Amino acid sequence: MSLAAVRDRTVRSSRTESRRPRWTTGRLSLLAMALVLAAAWLLPLLWAVATSLKPEGETTRTPLEWIGSRITFEAYAKVWESGALLRWTVNSLVVSGLTTLLTVGLCAMAAYGFTRTAFRGRKLLYGLVLAGIMVPPQVLIAPLFTQMVRMGLVDTYWGVILPQVAVPAMVFILVKFFEGVPRELEEAAFVDGAGRWRVFWTIVMPLSRPVLAAVAIFTFISTWNNFLWPFLVTTDPQAMTLPVGLVNVQSGFGVRYAQIMASLVIAGLPLLLVFALFQRQIVRGIAHTGLAGQ
Amino acid sequence: MTTLTPAAPAPSASGTGRGAVTARSRTARRKWTEHGLVFVAPFLVVYGLFLVWPLISGLGMSLTSENITGTEAEFIGLDNYAEALADPQMWSSLWNTVWFTVLSTVPLVLVGLVLALLAHQLRVVQWLWRISWFAPFLLPSGVVCMLFAQMIFPPGFGLADQLLASAGLEPGIGWLSDERYAMLSIVLTTVWWTVGFNFLLYLAALQAVPQHLYEAAELDGAGAWRRLLHITLPLLRRTTGLVLVLQVLASLKIFDQVYLMTGGGPDDSTRPILQYVYQQGFTGYRIGYASAVSYVFFALVLIVSLVQPVLARRKEEAGK
Repeated sequence: MSLAAVRDRTVRSSRTESRRPRWTTGRLSLLAMALVLAAAWLLPLLWAVATSLKPEGETTRTPLEWIGSRITFEAYAKVWESGALLRWTVNSLVVSGLTTLLTVGLCAMAAYGFTRTAFRGRKLLYGLVLAGIMVPPQVLIAPLFTQMVRMGLVDTYWGVILPQVAVPAMVFILVKFFEGVPRELEEAAFVDGAGRWRVFWTIVMPLSRPVLAAVAIFTFISTWNNFLWPFLVTTDPQAMTLPVGLVNVQSGFGVRYAQIMASLVIAGLPLLLVFALFQRQIVRGIAHTGLAGQ
Repeated sequence: MTTLTPAAPAPSASGTGRGAVTARSRTARRKWTEHGLVFVAPFLVVYGLFLVWPLISGLGMSLTSENITGTEAEFIGLDNYAEALADPQMWSSLWNTVWFTVLSTVPLVLVGLVLALLAHQLRVVQWLWRISWFAPFLLPSGVVCMLFAQMIFPPGFGLADQLLASAGLEPGIGWLSDERYAMLSIVLTTVWWTVGFNFLLYLAALQAVPQHLYEAAELDGAGAWRRLLHITLPLLRRTTGLVLVLQVLASLKIFDQVYLMTGGGPDDSTRPILQYVYQQGFTGYRIGYASAVSYVFFALVLIVSLVQPVLARRKEEAGK
């Protein structure tokens, strides 16, 4: 064995050792604690799934039983037939998709304008945008709703989407990112005769892919789960998003708990599946946007 | 499209910075579509229409008797504000909002920290910790609240009572129907639902701590506890400040959980200020009064967001 190979191996083993320390009793008790806490967090979710798989008559039995006399998907079939779940899911996808696209587009363009161009009033306008970070959208519900009535946007996709797309915090995040991007590439492109829009689309946007992904992920999740605004601006069940429709239909289920739980599982599943697939990106996106927002 | 551009930007006597020089020297040749305002305008139009304007018109409405019933709105000056400040229901919902914020912020920050420390320390099965502690954050409020209101908190067959019973304890707590427990149950639900966000922020901060600090401390013979107390926690101070501010601002906006789980009850004991705005404006049709109450709430949020960074800075200075 050559010296290099020996060194390689020792380096590697010491590295893995520092990354995964041995299982001492202290570490084992930490693991036990973490497992108990993980179980506590998973319990409500498992309970929802377990209830949704019981026959309707057995959902309120005591003492505690996790599995009924048989496992059945009846509740899912009933919910799917009777409800407008598919319609609401489509509405949610359209609303969240368009909101995300518009937010990323508008905020990135604005951030480019604020960092890379000079025009009169730029500082003043940027200050005005930053001040908006302090305005919680919830404060605006009453005037915004009357405005929507006047504009005829109640019960429309645009009525749900438009108030959610101009997010000052996202402009701030993107401005901070653009400020850190070196200008050499852009200047080289200018020299080659490219206009600002070409530079923006072919150089700035591709360079900013990680931060744009973070903004997009954050926007999509918060729009998908937003309740208050869509709840106020939609009254027609056909126009509702998933979270709103779900609450609206709840009374229709009465005390059929298996069906309620089945509808919750169906409503919660899409984003959980996306999360399972893109864990790393989502975690990074949330952590980045969450802290940079301040 | 512009044709060839000179390689070096034209010299400008009044230029202050490099960016300003290059931008100014080109503005003359640029088409109007290249003007900086064109990039900013689409955002500003939407921002103006759906944030700035409602903020102004809301202020205007709060000075009128505006309602959705169709009767003419009259200018009534500060009457709505005078009424709000003398309205015991306004004060009790404002207090409920503050009380929820106090009750929820402490566990949300502390539990988030503990979970992140556990996940970071263990370094195994990261996916399990992420799934169990963060996944609930990805559920819509409607899903979470219906799950807890329909299958966890109901007396008797709800999971909470059933678990108490299996542990041999006395079930039959009115989780959501008893004034003593309703707010705590809402806090519990909120912690379960949103602690994953703080968990992620802390986890990201922990991963940014340079490993060599720990290695050095270990060589010096510092045990796990001393490393936690003397390296990790001090380094997390800044993150904790941010998480705290974010959490307080998020908690002040409580609406969904209360509205969907207790409807503000029992006896309005959990009703937050935003629900009061909703009731006045959307079910009571008093848009003018609702706007005034909104502005009282806005004032509270502004005070908190302006005062908190100052307090945090003072604490940081005191800690040095």
